[in-house]
Amino acid sequence: MRFMVMMKATADSEAGVPPKAEDMAAAIAFHEELVKAGILLAADGLKPSSAGARIRFTGNERTVIDGPFAETKELVAGYWIIEVASKEEAVEWFKRCPNTMGEGFELEIRPFLEPADVGEALTAEQRERITDMEATAAERHG
Amino acid sequence: MTSTAAHRAVEAVWRIEAARLIAGLARLVNDVGRAEDLAQEALVAALEQWPASGIPDNPGAWLMTVAKRRAIDEIRREVTLAGKVELLGRELPRPDGPELPEPVEDDVLRLMFTACHPVLTPEAQAALTLKMLAGLTTEEIARAFLVPTTTMAQRIVRAKRSLAEARVGFSAPGADELAPRLASVLAVVYLVFNEGYAATAGEDHLRPALCEEAMRLGRVLAALVPTEPEVHALLALMELQASRLRARTGPDGAIVTLLDQDRGRWDQLLIHRGLTGLARAEQLGGAIGPYALQAAIAAVHARARTADQTDWPRIAALYAVLARVVPSPVVELNRAVAVGMADGPAVALDLVDGLGDRLRDYHLLPSVRGDLLAKLGRPVEARAEFERAAGLTLNERERDLLLARAQECG
Repeated sequence: MRFMVMMKATADSEAGVPPKAEDMAAAIAFHEELVKAGILLAADGLKPSSAGARIRFTGNERTVIDGPFAETKELVAGYWIIEVASKEEAVEWFKRCPNTMGEGFELEIRPFLEPADVGEALTAEQRERITDMEATAAERHG
Repeated sequence: MTSTAAHRAVEAVWRIEAARLIAGLARLVNDVGRAEDLAQEALVAALEQWPASGIPDNPGAWLMTVAKRRAIDEIRREVTLAGKVELLGRELPRPDGPELPEPVEDDVLRLMFTACHPVLTPEAQAALTLKMLAGLTTEEIARAFLVPTTTMAQRIVRAKRSLAEARVGFSAPGADELAPRLASVLAVVYLVFNEGYAATAGEDHLRPALCEEAMRLGRVLAALVPTEPEVHALLALMELQASRLRARTGPDGAIVTLLDQDRGRWDQLLIHRGLTGLARAEQLGGAIGPYALQAAIAAVHARARTADQTDWPRIAALYAVLARVVPSPVVELNRAVAVGMADGPAVALDLVDGLGDRLRDYHLLPSVRGDLLAKLGRPVEARAEFERAAGLTLNERERDLLLARAQECG
């Protein structure tokens, strides 16, 4: 089963304060544990919301709102994509994540939708077009 | 926490800790079978205690402490080994002491080599690997291999006994032995993968989960021996093949062949990882390793947006190299298929016929011949070949597919 584990933002991450050296070392050690266990598929960190933007939809209207955004605890600061046997396993793994973000640091664990969940919401043609676009993006990405 | 939830949490901890725990104990008692028994006893203790007490902060250390305590008790009971008790007592930290040595990664690698030791059959190697490295239960392994639990339990007991009788102990292979021993570890991982990959929808869902277990083991290996190109190549091969799992069966459970698959269902994350892993293997100088060549072939398919865009001349060339590296009539047959797509069915049919009797009972030979004959406008012969192939395959879904193709020949 595949999960995304989202790292929620904190005041420090939103302020762009780099982690302390010892926190960084702990975070790297945890990352290595996930790699050695063979469960990590991908991981990335995100810049503070001040570097981002939102688009709000109201009917046909689109309103672009530049960051930063106020509700820090709802913001995502980074993510891992892991493959494990159960939600419990994902939880047990990430209970071991060092608290490098300070008080109130929160992780959110969410399973990926499986084809059975999406059902036939997408036609074969739609899926093919999406893959086409993803493949192009991946090639550019390297 | 309900008791079921607690149980599931304990199982999750077990999945995470099993390999390191067993490896650490094996280093201590120099017998993986016994180490596994000790670890299982610690698991039983956890299942008894954790639902009430909660999961300890460091569950791995808790399990290790309990298992080591039992190891000491056991040895004390063996009077003849009295001398060793002292030795062990000196080496061991107090069971309830705060500091326990972390088992090193080398132990996990050593455990892998031991589980895949050449004194064992491939089936036994696979069973032990899933049990000790992946933390699966005997029942799960039995279901995955479609055998009764008692059969699998016996297979595991016999395997452990064989290791003990052969005095395999717990050591890593020497430098001269490393290459063949690593090859046998890779073969076991790929065997587990194929066991899962051969399954079709409608069968127990645990079988595709075997593909995930195999990829997980492959990633563990890639982290343990990052300089071995074939380790990355095997992982890349599995990830590229698994990227198509979702597209391999239709809604009714029927097999969808590669060229007919809805490529929109291919798993782009696995493809990306597979291509990256293959590049890594090639950078490490392993481009012509058997797994690297197979991964390179899978990569050609993965890169083709549609079946029509497949670079068949490249696939044919890769198969030609593979046939030189690992000469095999099955590889030759696959090469013939690629040549057929690149240069037309007539050339390919000559290649297939050149194989002679070497694949007499292999269903894919008449299946490929049937396909080529149909393309050459010889439907009567094609039909006979498809029917012969249907009679040879053991897989029901495949038989349905072949009989359907025979029908199409009119």
